[in-house]
Amino acid sequence: MSGKAGASSSNSTNPTNPIGQAIPRASVRRLVTGRGRYTDDMTFARMVHAVFVRSPFAHARILSIDTGEAARAPGVVRVVTGAEVAEVCKPFQVRHAGFPALKVTPQHVLAVDKASWQGEAVAAVVAESRAEAEDAAELVMIEWGELPAVADADAALAPDAPLVHQELGTNEALALTVDGGDVDGAFADADVVVEEEFRFARHTGVTLEPRCIIADYDPSTHALAVHQSHQAPHEMADVYARHLGFPGHNVRVVAPDVGGAFGLKLQPYADEIATCALSMLLGRPVKYTADRLESFVTDIHARGHHVKARMAVSADGDILGLEVDDVYGIGAYSQFPRTSVFEGVHVLRMSGVAYKHTNYRARVRVAYQNKALSGHYRGVGMPIANTVTERLVDMATTELGLDPVAFRRRNYVPSEAYPHTAPTGFSFEYMSLGECLDKLEELVDIPALRAERDSLRADGVYRGIGIATFTETTAISPEYYGKAEIRVAAQESCVVRLEPSGHVRCLIGMTDQGQGTATGIAQVVAATLGVPVDDVEVISGDSAATPYGAGAFASRGAAIGGEVALQASRALKENILAVAAAILQEEPAALDLSDGRIVAAAGGTARMELAEIADIGHFRQNILPPDVQPQFTVARHHVPRALPHLSGNGIQLSYLEVDPGLGAVKLLRHAVVHDCGTVINPLLVHEQIRGGAVQGIGSALYEESVYNNEGQMLNASLADYLVPMAAEIPDIEIADVITPTRSSELGAKGVGEAGVTGASPAILNAINDAIGPLGGRLAEIPATPERILRALGVV
Amino acid sequence: MKPYPFKYVRAEGLAAVFQQFEEHGDDAQVLAGGQSLMPVLNMRLSAPRVLVDINRIEELRGIALDGGEVRIGALTRHREVLESEVVRTHLPLLAEAMPHVAHVAVRNRGTLGGSLALADPAAEMPACAVALGATLVLRSAAGERTVAAEDFYQGLYETERRPDEVLTEARYPIAGPGYHGAFQEFARRQGDFAVVGVAARGRVESGVLSELRLVYFGCEGHARLARQTALAAEAGGRPYTPQVFAALKDALAEELDPMENMHGSRATKLHMAQTLTGRALQALLARAGGAVHG
Repeated sequence: MSGKAGASSSNSTNPTNPIGQAIPRASVRRLVTGRGRYTDDMTFARMVHAVFVRSPFAHARILSIDTGEAARAPGVVRVVTGAEVAEVCKPFQVRHAGFPALKVTPQHVLAVDKASWQGEAVAAVVAESRAEAEDAAELVMIEWGELPAVADADAALAPDAPLVHQELGTNEALALTVDGGDVDGAFADADVVVEEEFRFARHTGVTLEPRCIIADYDPSTHALAVHQSHQAPHEMADVYARHLGFPGHNVRVVAPDVGGAFGLKLQPYADEIATCALSMLLGRPVKYTADRLESFVTDIHARGHHVKARMAVSADGDILGLEVDDVYGIGAYSQFPRTSVFEGVHVLRMSGVAYKHTNYRARVRVAYQNKALSGHYRGVGMPIANTVTERLVDMATTELGLDPVAFRRRNYVPSEAYPHTAPTGFSFEYMSLGECLDKLEELVDIPALRAERDSLRADGVYRGIGIATFTETTAISPEYYGKAEIRVAAQESCVVRLEPSGHVRCLIGMTDQGQGTATGIAQVVAATLGVPVDDVEVISGDSAATPYGAGAFASRGAAIGGEVALQASRALKENILAVAAAILQEEPAALDLSDGRIVAAAGGTARMELAEIADIGHFRQNILPPDVQPQFTVARHHVPRALPHLSGNGIQLSYLEVDPGLGAVKLLRHAVVHDCGTVINPLLVHEQIRGGAVQGIGSALYEESVYNNEGQMLNASLADYLVPMAAEIPDIEIADVITPTRSSELGAKGVGEAGVTGASPAILNAINDAIGPLGGRLAEIPATPERILRALGVV
Repeated sequence: MKPYPFKYVRAEGLAAVFQQFEEHGDDAQVLAGGQSLMPVLNMRLSAPRVLVDINRIEELRGIALDGGEVRIGALTRHREVLESEVVRTHLPLLAEAMPHVAHVAVRNRGTLGGSLALADPAAEMPACAVALGATLVLRSAAGERTVAAEDFYQGLYETERRPDEVLTEARYPIAGPGYHGAFQEFARRQGDFAVVGVAARGRVESGVLSELRLVYFGCEGHARLARQTALAAEAGGRPYTPQVFAALKDALAEELDPMENMHGSRATKLHMAQTLTGRALQALLARAGGAVHG
């Protein structure tokens, strides 16, 4: 099953090998000089603007809608209600073959009879300008019949709770359980049992560029062209075709520059598909840009867990068992098409997997609530699993008086145990847990940090050190969505072509929202072909022009996209060498490509420029033997089949100071060690880790979608919803451990979610380390000043 | 996030502003730096029919030392105040507070007069004006009048300014020797509005604290001068001891009634205000020289 580690799968110290080089993103110069082209920058002839009238209530019946005055307002082209849009657009109907018990109900793209969360779109106004559309939207008169709302997930699961969807008869969308080993025995035998009740606030992903779509329906050809700020243009083209009644090849989705996505631009939104429907109704291009205020109540939210967990530990410091019970609120609907349950599945399947214990029991109850939808955001549940596990580990070491570093090392799944199947049911090719811990100790002088912390405590300064091992699944195989019978691709596809100039174009299904994945792909192509990186252009983000791929999700761009680029480039190289061999009258095996030249395989003597081969192959085929047909365009697909996912892992350390008079936290140092296998570009890998860590720090200290009991979001603006800014974040120190996966030739594993996955537990452990001497204990994030003061018992 | 339609008028002088006020009354709104006004308009929380842009009225700009006062024109940008040698020398409390006012980009546009006139309960400038005993100058077609800063602030975004008046200037008396200030603010992030803050100014002579003014912001509906708490602090004199601080905490709990908001309950904000009061007084006394206890 496993491929042999190829020459390119370990980090090369060869300066001419593009793999492993810290090359800045190709798009940086363009973007920072204002040459970026985002969807909202685009305009089309006859284009009109859509604005949605949204429910001000979390749960309310639509008694009547009067669009008359709005329709007569200046600049207005059309006002439509949910019932009208429903005539051209099928509702979302979520289904997951792996979870047949998942209770679902159809979600209309505009609410028809009732609204189920504050912010759900109920009518649309299309006008010549955005401003006119906003003016007219205020004139749409809706008569509401307010219904009882349920906001809190625990309250939603209570027997007498108001129902989000009457027809389901319950708010419990799904309950999942795992029971492995002898959990009761483990707890009975334990010398120490540590137990905690965690609360993880719901929050959202805040992209610099909000969601934006321009849909352009051409009735003369019955074709739909869409420009959209999105991670997965191929998947969206499929969704639009199926929901709006198009043959697949009549829909084209182009994702131009995208200003951040983080999972919140991975799936279709009701208002986006409604925009397509509006274009069909009007036969004109329609633009919709989510403004910052509506983004807060319509963009996907994430987290929102209430977890009770306990860990059984022996006096010697062995973890004997773990038990986790999670209530997870997903909002009013399960997100289409992936469902919202994977955030819960990752809590169920990823808790405690770094450790070698065999006794594990978990339950996750997924609850509907009258809130914005919650689902796939960077890290998908894994930060919860890691925080629960790592907090319990620190509580156990505190209770037993053991060193948290030594305790972790003692309990890690040992190197020789792989491949390893955790008691959660997930299996892991390899996790370099001990190596990452060793590397962390090289990166940070932990004993010195402890000495500093201890001496400052004597002066009334409360600092804390927190470490957190983290584990992640990346680059998933068809075992996930294939098995689920959900139309989400696992493969990546790539076309590589030699241009007449001798330069190379690579068209690839995976997409880039600022990660720089395209540059990484160019490095793989350049390394495999033997051409300079600057000679390779990577094109992505166009469902009609690029071969089918799933875009960016689950940390897959470099791992799967990189592998298919390698395979395609290798095939192109063979084709080029075949032509070169014909010209040079050599065996292909005697030739190689290096730095844009045909060279002798032995000795490396330059024989011919690649540009010359390209020129002959495109324009002067007359000089070739008659049976030689140059094949300078090559396509390859790659489906990861050897493993269900590629396992990534790492460790993070936070060093911070708590001001007990104010409850304030000042983060002083944050370090990350991570293993993503082959590092194609350390600069980009480290940028991904930093960006992710900042979002994890955001979860731990700042970010929260605050709702009241009536389901009203109270802080839905950037004045009140806090994201960490540059001043709040210290430089993040990073080191790599490199264990290439053996399941691919490239050996790269995912990195996109690493930072976010381990930052929160490191911060929470550090806060507890700081406030422990004052008698404080906290298990709720974000760790706001008020929560810290309450934990300290002073308010 | 598009504003309601409005008419834009650029005023070349105050007379033009007063004319717009006369024509449109409450429907006319002054546009200065726009750092608070524009978001409010774009969020459709306010719908003035006319925006009167005063940015070209040069007479409203500038910082001048005038006898016993520092006079700062209403249109003076926060950044100009921050960088002013006159302010640094004669109004060190203002200089200390200014880095807490938002971020560089906002300070480049935002104006002192705008902040004073808006009366955001969590803003720094109103609290400093009250602590420093500033006088605010208001002009209308009918003439000019002055109001003490501590009388100017009446309630949540409510001030003594009439709709036909423009706040044109703030006059800060220069304190003589022996006066010291201290500024303490807690915000969730650098540059955010304060969760809680205190501007303190007082006189220290032969170790005795007097004429103390403690002004809290981010607590009540407007910048709040806490006279009883100041008296409790003064009664202790020096050395400043834990006993004095305990008495002062009690006085503050009696006197201050913080509004609950997203960042904290009344009790949380009171606790923060007590913490900051202690720190402000320590800093103030330390600046006066001599040991600080407690």
